[in-house]
Amino acid sequence: MDDAAVAVLSPEAVLDEMRKNDVTDVVWLPDSETNWLFLLMQAEPSLRLVGVSREGHACSIAAGLYSGGRTPIILIQNTGMMESGDSIRGWLMSLEIPVVLMVGYRGYTRHGVNKDTAATYTERFLNAFNLSYYLVEGDADAPRISIAFEEAERTKKPVVVLIADEFHGFNR
Amino acid sequence: MMNTVDVLEAFKPYRGDALVVPGRGGRHWVPMTNNEGLDAPMGDPAMGGHAGFGFGLALARPERKVILFDSEGDILMSLGMMVTIAEQKPLNFYHFLLDNECYATTGGQPVPNAKNVDYAAIAKGAGYPKALAYNEIEDLKNDLPGIFENPGPIFVALKVYPEVQNEAIGSRRPWQTRTRTEVIQDLRGEFGLA
Repeated sequence: MDDAAVAVLSPEAVLDEMRKNDVTDVVWLPDSETNWLFLLMQAEPSLRLVGVSREGHACSIAAGLYSGGRTPIILIQNTGMMESGDSIRGWLMSLEIPVVLMVGYRGYTRHGVNKDTAATYTERFLNAFNLSYYLVEGDADAPRISIAFEEAERTKKPVVVLIADEFHGFNR
Repeated sequence: MMNTVDVLEAFKPYRGDALVVPGRGGRHWVPMTNNEGLDAPMGDPAMGGHAGFGFGLALARPERKVILFDSEGDILMSLGMMVTIAEQKPLNFYHFLLDNECYATTGGQPVPNAKNVDYAAIAKGAGYPKALAYNEIEDLKNDLPGIFENPGPIFVALKVYPEVQNEAIGSRRPWQTRTRTEVIQDLRGEFGLA
């Protein structure tokens, strides 16, 4: 299958998955893949959007939200995830916070030949931290988001969903 | 300057059913608390995150006051957090800062520009509707009732004496009585959550 044949991931499908999993708060920092999703989330009354200015902040905020009974999701880009390593370790993994991180996979090309080191190190980072992750490239993969929620709850660990559609135009 | 333990003693009568995140004051607060189940003595999961944790808790439980005792070393690592807090404006969030002008748990090295930073001004600039600063415990004691009568978010910067720890980490006596995961479980249990 070539790149052009891959189905796109619609922001509506992502929002549906959030609704299905009773997400209450989106702790997020904009990335190059999520602008249309942002517009949809803004219009969704069941969601509170908590914007951060550095991705690591999202981890302790999500830990506090979860401790108080909310169901947060973290929405950031792979670059910020790598920046957030110690916060993920300390505020999510060591506290056993069952949260899903939806991570924009900047630089992903499907065929592994990329020009962006953000993509080069993304899965290496996840493997180094022993974080479970699922790749979502198109609408057909969207149910993997629910699988991630189920796994996070069952294992009491953060689970990552890599949103790998920048290359194909999640926003366009 | 004030002693951290005196700050916490002064605060204790006003605690009520508030959730308390004692931050770097944890080793003093844990032995004196009057409601352990509503405390979140997290120790130091990752430096710079206490403000986010307390803020997240405040968003989640708007019916309770949330009192955070942050430190300047922590908040310097995440100044941007103050902008997020100010944007969301949790009315139940009271953000105290214990400013000892140094990294006490690593031997007392000074934080950058330790003696010249105006944290209350930073909070005000970030958008906190109210930000205060105190050097003396008597002034704080006088104002505490008024602070808690006002809606949050309120930022309160306090100059405290450093309590420098210089022993090897392995030889320090832990002050925690619960693990961090037990703290989270206990908090959720207070709210009737699994």
